[in-house]
Amino acid sequence: MEDTLYIKSYASIENGKISVDGKTVFESSVANVSDFLKESVRHFGIQYPKFFKMDNLSKLAFLGSELVLKDNPNPETALLFANSSSSLDTDVTYQESIADKGNYFPSPAVFVYTLPNICLGEISIRHQLKTENSFFIFGAFNPDFFIGYAENLIETGKAANVLCGWTELFKDDYKAFVYLVSSEGKKAHTKQNIESLYTN
Amino acid sequence: MKKDVYISGMNCITPLGFSVEENFDNLIGGISGIKRHENEMVPNAYFSAIVEDARLNAEFAKKSSSGSYTKLEKMMILALCPIVEKSKSDLGTRTAFLLSTTKGNITALESGNIQKAQLHDLAQTVADFFGFKSEPIVVSNACVSGILAISVAKRLIQSGLYDQAFVVAGDLVSEFVLSGFNSFQAMSDAPCKPYSKNRTGVTLGEAAAAVLVTSDASHANARILGDGSMNDANHISGPSRTGEGLVLSVESALKEANLPANKIDYISAHGTATPFNDEMEAIAFNRLGLQDKPLHSLKGFYGHTLGASGLLETVIGIEALKQNKLIASAGFDEIGVSQNVNVIRENEDRFLRYFLKTASGFGGCNTAVVFEKEGSFGE
Repeated sequence: MEDTLYIKSYASIENGKISVDGKTVFESSVANVSDFLKESVRHFGIQYPKFFKMDNLSKLAFLGSELVLKDNPNPETALLFANSSSSLDTDVTYQESIADKGNYFPSPAVFVYTLPNICLGEISIRHQLKTENSFFIFGAFNPDFFIGYAENLIETGKAANVLCGWTELFKDDYKAFVYLVSSEGKKAHTKQNIESLYTN
Repeated sequence: MKKDVYISGMNCITPLGFSVEENFDNLIGGISGIKRHENEMVPNAYFSAIVEDARLNAEFAKKSSSGSYTKLEKMMILALCPIVEKSKSDLGTRTAFLLSTTKGNITALESGNIQKAQLHDLAQTVADFFGFKSEPIVVSNACVSGILAISVAKRLIQSGLYDQAFVVAGDLVSEFVLSGFNSFQAMSDAPCKPYSKNRTGVTLGEAAAAVLVTSDASHANARILGDGSMNDANHISGPSRTGEGLVLSVESALKEANLPANKIDYISAHGTATPFNDEMEAIAFNRLGLQDKPLHSLKGFYGHTLGASGLLETVIGIEALKQNKLIASAGFDEIGVSQNVNVIRENEDRFLRYFLKTASGFGGCNTAVVFEKEGSFGE
């Protein structure tokens, strides 16, 4: 590896608590994930009407990205995201809309969110990232994969920074861990550091 | 210097055949897998390309007597079988297993089986059939998934994580996707007609395809020269009007390949036959100076096979390189995009060396990969 890479900034959203770079920045007792994410966006003063049209997975990924990218804008930031439940949360909603032929209301506005990478489109539009983007599914968070893929994107010159995200959501269970891999920073881009930030 | 990465084994399971050879012969014969269907899945009759259950079950019975596999799992396993058998290689932790799909076993939701609908459950089921030891990697990036999976496999091998990767891609025609495309009013009322004046939208199809991606050149069919997967950053359910993400993806792939655009011998494009997609592609190929390169969409034969399409069309594209044959773009009549592209009207024998595969999808994603036929060209 030619250059040392760092974790420049990171954010976690879990159990009604949001932290950025290890500091708690918002807490809420709202149990419903949709309400919690809306409340959070209002708390941070994020003005973005499109947010309210997104499904919950996109809302979660959007908010996590917002917290890391707001102080680290760079148009050459690639997006590398993964989770365990793909878009199943919205898939179930969509399936319910077509299950009963007597009450059949398939909606294109719901159907489009039955793809997990739609959240990457939302983030790309928000930050104008015409960059490498890909979404993966694993049974559990897979730091080795994230490290290898992110390093390859930077080493081959396909991106300057890589925004990595584990954005898991199904019904009211969710966890987002989003971090920015960059040639700048203080925390080394190592498996040990990533695992410790993911667990905390 | 990054290590070279190759495609060696290839296979596909489609309505046009259960081997690359059978598929290619049917494509050259101008045979389409698209048929008219009328059933309870959607209110109106529709066209799609369906893998026949009877043949699938008969072929699968030769590999396993277990009745617990879904249709998609059977297709994926059959696609991988000859490649895994032929490679005789170690399936340990230096071997990656990648699975590309958009909706996987989504029909499991009809009976409320959430676990079966999980994509990693599908990947583990297929992995366990063969005994892959590494954690399966599922690529789910809308309609670019199949071609993106090749790019991901190459990158992971270059990063040193693996020596080789078995890649499988598949998707089915389900009530879920039929109703969704219907709700977008994106379905064609006739077999789809990519790039044609009278195209009215998508025909859906089902298929599975598989390849072995490896750093070992010894049995290679083609070398992966470069790739790019750039987002439009424009719209989540429609392509960029300027083709921006596709242009950037092709430029990124050509730059890595260190190849000028004029060296490309042929393009296997996305060509879904929706008005906006085909128009966007024509604009992008003109911006790239690729408008005169022979181009086809295989959607007129297979329909849009979603997460399988990019890999299936790559397998056929590499076979076209090997056989030096350009396949006519099924369903094409009169050019129907505002900037001209060179749609292949008739099969043609022609020396082919470099091939460009592209795809675009919901979420503003695009992928381009450049391949070179393996062999010596007197240099």
